Amino acid sequence: MHRTVIVSAIALAATVSPALAQDRDPLAAAMSARQSHMQLYAHNLGILGGMARGDMEYDADMAAIAAADLVALASVSQQAYWPEGSSNADYEDSRALPAIWEDSAGFEEAKAALLAAATALAATAGTGPEGLAGMRDVGGACGACHETFQESR
Amino acid sequence: MRLLPWGAALALLIAGAGWVLSAPAREPETHAALVGDPEAGRLSFAAAGCASCHIDPEADIDAGVPPVLSGGERFETAFGTFVAPNISPSPQGVGDWTDAQLVHAMAAGVSPDGQHYYPAFPYGSYSRADLQDLVDIAAYIRTLPHSDRENEPRELSFPYSIARTVGLWKRLYVSPDWVLETADTPEIERGRYLVESLGHCAECHTPRGALGGLDTTRWMAGAPNPSGEGRIPNITPAVLTWSEADIVAYLDTGFTPDFDVAGGSMTSVVKNMAQLPASDREAIAAYLKAIPGVE
Repeated sequence: MHRTVIVSAIALAATVSPALAQDRDPLAAAMSARQSHMQLYAHNLGILGGMARGDMEYDADMAAIAAADLVALASVSQQAYWPEGSSNADYEDSRALPAIWEDSAGFEEAKAALLAAATALAATAGTGPEGLAGMRDVGGACGACHETFQESR
Repeated sequence: MRLLPWGAALALLIAGAGWVLSAPAREPETHAALVGDPEAGRLSFAAAGCASCHIDPEADIDAGVPPVLSGGERFETAFGTFVAPNISPSPQGVGDWTDAQLVHAMAAGVSPDGQHYYPAFPYGSYSRADLQDLVDIAAYIRTLPHSDRENEPRELSFPYSIARTVGLWKRLYVSPDWVLETADTPEIERGRYLVESLGHCAECHTPRGALGGLDTTRWMAGAPNPSGEGRIPNITPAVLTWSEADIVAYLDTGFTPDFDVAGGSMTSVVKNMAQLPASDREAIAAYLKAIPGVE
C-alpha cells in the first residue's frame, strides 16, 4: 500500500518534472512568453487575413478591434522577453538568432516598423474590406524581422 | 620498368580527357539573334529571383523601386566564400557585355572570357529556361541603376579553387531534362517551368550529395539551410499539407495558414513571387501538389 503510493508519486513526478523544470528556468519562461506574444499577433492577423481573403465575412467592428489589438501588441516593449542566453544556440526550441542581441538597434527598428504598419492598418481596417490592404505592409514588417532575426525551419 | 612509361601515358591520357571533359561550353552562335524585351524581362527577372542575391546588401527588394544590382552579399559555403558580383549595367558590372554573353552566362554558367562560374549561381536551374526569357532579363537589367562597386575575388579552398573542376561537376549534375517528367495539365507545366527553371526552388529545397549535386530522388524534400542556420522545409505533398489556395496566399503575402510569416531567404522569394501574375502563383501551387511525396 505504502509502496504503491511512493511508486505512484515517483511516476507522477517523472511525468510533470520536465514542465516544472522549464517553468523554473527564467530564460525558458521568457522564451515561452515571447512565443505566446507571437501567437497573439497571429490570432489577430488570422481574423484580418481571413476577411481580406474572403474566407470570412467582413465585419467592420471585428476588423477594427483586431487591428487595434495588433497596435497594442506592437506597442509592448517586450524587453523582458528577450534575455541574453535565450537564442537558438542555447535552446533547441528557440528560433531566435544571435543577431537579436548583436544588432539590438536593428531589432528595435524592426519592431518600430511593425508598429508603424499596424497603426496605418488600424486607421482603415474598420472602413470596409478595401481598408485591409495594409495587411501587405504588416506582413512585410513581420517578414523583414524574421528574415534577419529568426532561424529558418 | 616497363610499367613506368605506361603509367605516365595513362596519367597523361586521364589528364587530357579531364581537360577536354571540363572545357567550358562555347557561346552558341544563335544567341546573337536574340532580342530582349525589358518589360517582359521585369517579370522573368522577378521569377528568377536575381535580386535576392545581387541586390545591394543594404537595400531590400521593393516592387516599386528598381533594384541596384551592386552585388556584395557574402555567401559562406562548405567550399569557400562567394561574393555576389555586380550585375548592374555599369562598366564594373555587365555594361560591356553583349546580350548573348549574358544569356550564355545564365544558361551555361560560363563567363564572357570563357571561365566556368561556380554553381552558387543557379545556372543548373536556369539551363532549363527559355532563351527568350533570359534575353528579356538581360534587356531589363540594362534599364536598372548603375553601381560602380568593383568585384572582389572569391575565396575558395583547394581543390575547389580550380575552376575547371566545375566543368566535370556540370557533366555530372547539370541536365536540361525536367525532374517531373510528365506535366498532366498546362498549369502544372507552367508551374514546373517556374519552379524547376527560373524560380530555382530546388537549389535550397532539395538536399545535395557530397559533391554538391542535387539529389533528385529527394526532390523538394528539404535540406540544411545553405546560407545560415536551420533547415529549408520539405515542400512535397507528403509533408506540406497546405491547400493550393494556402500556397498561393503564402507566395503573395508571406502569411502561412496559421498566420506565421515567412522568414530567412524566403522573405525575398515572397517579394519576388508577389510581383508575378496570380496565375503563376497558382501554377506553382499546382506543381507542388503534382510532385511525388517524399517523407
